[in-house]
Amino acid sequence: MIQVSNLTKRFGPTVAVRDVSFNVQRGEVVGFLGPNGAGKTTTMRVLTCYLPADEGTATIAGFDVGTHPLEVRSRIGYLPESAPLYTEMGVIDYLNFIGEVRGLDRQRCRQRVQDMIGVCGLEEVVKKDINELSRGYRQRVGLAQTLIHDPDVLILDEPTSGLDPNQIIEIRQLIREIGREKTVILSTHILPEVTATCSRVIIINKGGLVADASPQELAERSRGRERVYLTVRGPQAEVEAKLAALSAVRSVRAVGNPTPGRVRYEITSADGVDPTEQLFQVAADNRWPLSELYREASSLEQVFIQLTQSEPQSEPVAAS
Amino acid sequence: MSTILPIFKREFRSYFRSPIAYIFISAFLIVSGWFFYQTFFVLDYASMRNYFDILPWLFLIFVPMITMRLWAEERKLGTMEVLMTLPVRDHEAVLGKYLASLAFLAIALLLTVPIPITAMLLGDPDVGSMVAGYIGALFMGAAYLAMGIFVSSLTQNQIVAAIVGWVVCFILFFIGNDLVLFSAPKVLVPLFEYLGLGNHFDSIGRGVLDSRDMIYYLSVIVFFLFLNVRVIESRKG
Repeated sequence: MIQVSNLTKRFGPTVAVRDVSFNVQRGEVVGFLGPNGAGKTTTMRVLTCYLPADEGTATIAGFDVGTHPLEVRSRIGYLPESAPLYTEMGVIDYLNFIGEVRGLDRQRCRQRVQDMIGVCGLEEVVKKDINELSRGYRQRVGLAQTLIHDPDVLILDEPTSGLDPNQIIEIRQLIREIGREKTVILSTHILPEVTATCSRVIIINKGGLVADASPQELAERSRGRERVYLTVRGPQAEVEAKLAALSAVRSVRAVGNPTPGRVRYEITSADGVDPTEQLFQVAADNRWPLSELYREASSLEQVFIQLTQSEPQSEPVAAS
Repeated sequence: MSTILPIFKREFRSYFRSPIAYIFISAFLIVSGWFFYQTFFVLDYASMRNYFDILPWLFLIFVPMITMRLWAEERKLGTMEVLMTLPVRDHEAVLGKYLASLAFLAIALLLTVPIPITAMLLGDPDVGSMVAGYIGALFMGAAYLAMGIFVSSLTQNQIVAAIVGWVVCFILFFIGNDLVLFSAPKVLVPLFEYLGLGNHFDSIGRGVLDSRDMIYYLSVIVFFLFLNVRVIESRKG
């Protein structure tokens, strides 16, 4: 449905998107994950034909975004960041406007607007002006606008930004339902959002693609480098040295004094090894009173931090 | 082409959703009426000539205020990103907005109808001249609007759009003024004389619709709308 190939976009000297390639099949819900400034919005703007690419190609439903922008735009629904809306308009007026511009005839337009009000839960605010709406409702109006013409593809830029936890849950539910029949790309830097709604994750950092796999696959691949937290009472230098010497340990770092005398250490395990037993053993052998031994389950968050805080790798983590 | 109409409707209605439209039209009517009636009774002659004479100056002040929000607000709200990712061609968006501002100006002009009515009640004015004057005024206003909407596309700040709009309109208006012609280099004088917006309104004020003046105004309109489309195309990237 969506094919992106070697996409590059520069703004003056800055390379916002660098040689990004990925495909999205019909019906997938893909999460675009990355720190702020990674290039997610820019990539979306190229896909929606808002910005031209400098190099590379992108096609949606078979149409190239560079040569057939109108065809592309009529097949997608796009919700930019912060859901910009014409605030002086009423909810229905605005949705009617979008429907008309998209070429729906009056009857169909009216019907679709009513449907969208139902789908997006806008019944209570139907008669209001947009500037009277809360952020959550504005987001829903924005979402309704993307669906009016029943497109096959939805592109949502940070659809839950600025919402309170209740609103976030509702919007995610909505996206999940919509995602059942449509192809969706949504961008976010909130990790739980990806696991909650997406079947696939594409991680972007500093303009480059660093991962493209399902959330489960990514979590598995990071399993090698787990973190374990150990709090013991003992001479710090000696403790650190003995811990570092363990075969299951890759690195040791003191991270705090939870209570005077006790030191908390963050231990990174060697690939594919669980160090907790060795840690317990060394603490027992040296008679260091042990007050904490906690293993952090590998999670998308760790993968994200690992992939986005290190230098861009030459080989992105990809689905096997 | 069919996207021009919804954009036009939206923009046009949008003018009237805020109190600014009403304040604006009232101010325009009051100020133009006041200036006109200052001399109308004194001259004791039933003609709208004096009204049309002051119109270029009034439009100069009021028109950039009509156009200032057309693109600047889209940028500010971020709705440009929505508008320009709808299946709308750039020139359709420009035309839709432009025609809305033109319709708004037409309404403002229409509401000055008490003035010709007054003239007709009090005397025997040449109706043909008055009609011609209105048509010419609309063309001149349309030219100012085209300049104003172009300027609005350059910024996201409405005030800047208004101020720069004033400057641009003023320059084009004033460039044909005698003061400028007097001090300009000889070789440029005919060019400046032709470019001056105010000059082309002289005949119209007298009620004469000269096709050369109409062509001039149309050229200005086309030129600035074309520039507007280019700005919209390029500002995206």
